[in-house]
Amino acid sequence: MALIKEIDTGTPIRLADRIVTLVIDGERVSVPAGTSVMAAAMTMGTKIPKLCATDSLEAFGSCRLCLVEIEGRRGTPASCTTPAEDGMIVHTQNERLAKLRRGVMELYISDHPLDCLTCPANGDCELQDMAGAVGLRDVRYGYKGANHLDAGKDESNPYFTFDESKCIVCSRCVRACEETQGTFALTIQGRGFNSKVSPGGLDFLSSECVSCGACVQACPTATLSEKTIIEHGQPDHSVVTTCAYCGVGCSFKAEMQGERVVNMEPYKAGGANEGHSCVKGRFAWGYATAKDRITKPMIRAKITDPWREVSWDEAFAYAASEFKRIQSTHGREGVGAITSSRCTNEEVFVIQKLVRMGFGNNNVDTCARVCHSPTGYGLSKTFGTSAGTQDFKSVEESDVILVIGANPTDAHPVFASRMKKRLRQGARLIVVDPRKIDLVKSAHVRADYHLPLMPGTNVAIVNALSHVIVTEGLAKEDYIRERCDWDDFQVWARFIAEEKHSPEAVEQFTGVPAADVRAAARLYATGGKAAIYYGLGVTEHSQGSTTVMAMANLAMVTGNIGQRGMGVNPLRGQNNVQGACDMGSFPHEFSGYRHVSDDSTRDTFESLWGVALDKTPGMRIPNMLDEAQFGSFKGLYVQGEDIAQSDPDTHHVTAGLAAMECVIVQDLFLNETAKYAHVFFPGASFLEKDGTFTNAERRINRVRKVMTPMAGLADWEATLGFARALGVDMHYAHPSEIMDEIAALTPTFRNVSYKKLDEMGSVQWPCNDAAPEGTPIMHVDRFVRGKGKFMLTEFTPTDERTGPRFPLLLTTGRILSQYNVGAQTRRTSNSVWHEEDVLEIHPFDAESRGIRDGDLVALASRAGEVSLKARISERMQPGVVYTTFHHPNSGANVVTTDNSDWATNCPEYKVTAVQARRTNHWSDWQEQDRETAISMRRIAHEAADAAE
Amino acid sequence: MTDSATHAVDKLIRMANQIAVAFAAQPRDEAITGVADHIKAFWTPKMRRDIGAHLAEGGQRLEPLAKAALERLQ
Repeated sequence: MALIKEIDTGTPIRLADRIVTLVIDGERVSVPAGTSVMAAAMTMGTKIPKLCATDSLEAFGSCRLCLVEIEGRRGTPASCTTPAEDGMIVHTQNERLAKLRRGVMELYISDHPLDCLTCPANGDCELQDMAGAVGLRDVRYGYKGANHLDAGKDESNPYFTFDESKCIVCSRCVRACEETQGTFALTIQGRGFNSKVSPGGLDFLSSECVSCGACVQACPTATLSEKTIIEHGQPDHSVVTTCAYCGVGCSFKAEMQGERVVNMEPYKAGGANEGHSCVKGRFAWGYATAKDRITKPMIRAKITDPWREVSWDEAFAYAASEFKRIQSTHGREGVGAITSSRCTNEEVFVIQKLVRMGFGNNNVDTCARVCHSPTGYGLSKTFGTSAGTQDFKSVEESDVILVIGANPTDAHPVFASRMKKRLRQGARLIVVDPRKIDLVKSAHVRADYHLPLMPGTNVAIVNALSHVIVTEGLAKEDYIRERCDWDDFQVWARFIAEEKHSPEAVEQFTGVPAADVRAAARLYATGGKAAIYYGLGVTEHSQGSTTVMAMANLAMVTGNIGQRGMGVNPLRGQNNVQGACDMGSFPHEFSGYRHVSDDSTRDTFESLWGVALDKTPGMRIPNMLDEAQFGSFKGLYVQGEDIAQSDPDTHHVTAGLAAMECVIVQDLFLNETAKYAHVFFPGASFLEKDGTFTNAERRINRVRKVMTPMAGLADWEATLGFARALGVDMHYAHPSEIMDEIAALTPTFRNVSYKKLDEMGSVQWPCNDAAPEGTPIMHVDRFVRGKGKFMLTEFTPTDERTGPRFPLLLTTGRILSQYNVGAQTRRTSNSVWHEEDVLEIHPFDAESRGIRDGDLVALASRAGEVSLKARISERMQPGVVYTTFHHPNSGANVVTTDNSDWATNCPEYKVTAVQARRTNHWSDWQEQDRETAISMRRIAHEAADAAE
Repeated sequence: MTDSATHAVDKLIRMANQIAVAFAAQPRDEAITGVADHIKAFWTPKMRRDIGAHLAEGGQRLEPLAKAALERLQ
């Protein structure tokens, strides 16, 4: 294996219909119009020396190293800022140019430390490379003049250093922060000789820097260096793989020294991220080798016993004997499994296969139950398939962007950067969110309309947008007649035109001024190509599925489905939520979203697997927990999910888990759920296995093993071991064979194989004979279901009501530096940005309760009570409070209720009636949790040692 | 009926009523079909049996639409 070095064309290669042909150093070359001379030269392999240019950024023309001669033109123009033109004759090398370039390099080197041998960038330094390229042998000016060699280092950021003495002020970092990331945290401070890169006059940690790493990646010297590279040195090889955090699914080069990761570099050819990253994927991977990783299988008879470390075989045998015993005692339906959206498609597929084929029931569910299950239901009813409609890249062609119930700059930051780039180019923005999220107003981005609705009123707002469009004659009738069911549309149009759906009628409970809703609706309908992006602020409601359908109605009535730049797009929370759903993790359907009652589908599975399969739906997660307490569900296999922390109404979840007789947890760490487990299968991180993840745009990306599994087995291998112990015949030598089976059984994956993925890099499903290269945009000529179906989406207020006891509404979410239950990010330096969960509260609500910033506050709901520190924030609107759920002892889900979406039972995390008051103590639950965090995680090391 | 069984049935009644409300805007017969199809597609046989028992006792706490749909499923 070699170190992957990507080609840098210096400036972007343009996309254009017109091609121009020029001659460079005697060779003809043709490039799209608008491409620079520098990039044109690079397409034929000619590297014109450069320092301030890199192809992720627009040309800047400051370093003067890339000068060329062009026949018929005066002087020596910079090749980076000069567009290639037809008939141009360019010379990139001659004595005159060489002399100029050496002169430039002399000036740079005269003010640069000559410590190359001990420099962290030694071997990966463009300044060093250019000194070699121009043949620099001497610096006539000497090194004793005024210089910056004593400039200090900023080491405040946990992941990278800024060594000003090595800076050549090329502005690549500043431009990367602006153009790539869109944060504008960096600037050039001072003038002339005093010019220096500065994070707004502060240190990096205190600044607005979001640690995406774009500046570090862009830096041509060692000025901005990863601390891991400084500590360990340069990598010796790299492997392209996929990030294990959010649903954007960024491609990275895992840069390695042997089996040690020393850097994660975003991969330019990655379809989802095209070379960009965020603080989690780029830097927060240290959890994979955290000291508290559990690397030995463990068992115990009771959850009050200490864990006992055992061999894999003993763990498999014990787990199998328990599951067999439970089924013989409580019946076939007495056991089930939960698949993980953090695991690979292949690992998810084998678990649902184990359940259907081995357990003999359909009791398999997935963590998408608690996030995007309403997406599956809503988009499938309206469009015919359960997935987003457009690729991330096509946001570059959107004219109007509607963000509803999503906070992309925190939760999907790499996509947010793409979106902000388009917004800076002039696309219009509508934000529907109770909070003033960053997109409402941040550097060079301002929403045209922010509709700050009260939590729980999404359906009313989206209906009101459609009401305006229908009643003001803005519906795209031609599109609807051609693409949608006309009869359904007419029924829906009459329904939505009713006065009760008007912005004026709903203003009283949404809290959004009707005029703003009308204006936003007009903009969405008439502003050009419109794209909707939404998140859990849509789905995690008692009417989550209804809102998804209402958004689909909105897109159809304006003709905004089926082309680039338009669509309805769920921003998936975890890396493989889409894949986990695709793979048949839901209890009512096989892979590819086909119902278990469908005889022909079931026949194909039965034929291949050689067993008869159950044709009735199995239990969802909430059913499993209920049945554990009140029925006969007593065995659960949980793959990579921490339901005791992530699922709502913690008391209900833990009571259900405690009522089970055998809980198997497969995870990297002894998480909250493992406190209630009897068998622990040590998991493998994404670095320790092969497989695939499918991101929010249906892109199937390869996950590649870069190190040996710390526990000896990849997760899919552990599942096979458990299956063998149960007597279930499942054999695969490699995950590619599992993918071959998925392809054989799933029409939308028919042409997917590891060979194709290796050839193409990634592919977006459907990928089959009808679309052999995949499908970036769905529903182009027709909807998957045929005609698009308008659904009647009546607004129904949630049962969760505020009142004198609980007058505030709590909504929950996540932030940039932490990720979901925090199992990964809490074990990294990301905690420097978010050490604990806090309660954000509006100044008015705080003042009326005597709450000051930083006070400990008791947060109580009908379900439970916890204590959190208060943060007074005008991002909130009066009456609404907000917290995150990244730290287990914060107990955000002790407070959330068991209300759920009517169609899918997705929990209503986003609406909980609460009260907040000052307190001086932690809640009873928190005190008890602190105690059980230790007592329920004991490991009997001595016993294990003796056994060995 | 035991307390635990009552609790489980309470939840099912709530779920069925929620589904009925979601389909209530449709013409009655389509709504009944919609509710019935939804329960058939997503509920386990045991859930259907348990709520069927409540229905057999009169189904008093069920929304009329939910009751009609469950009767159709019997």
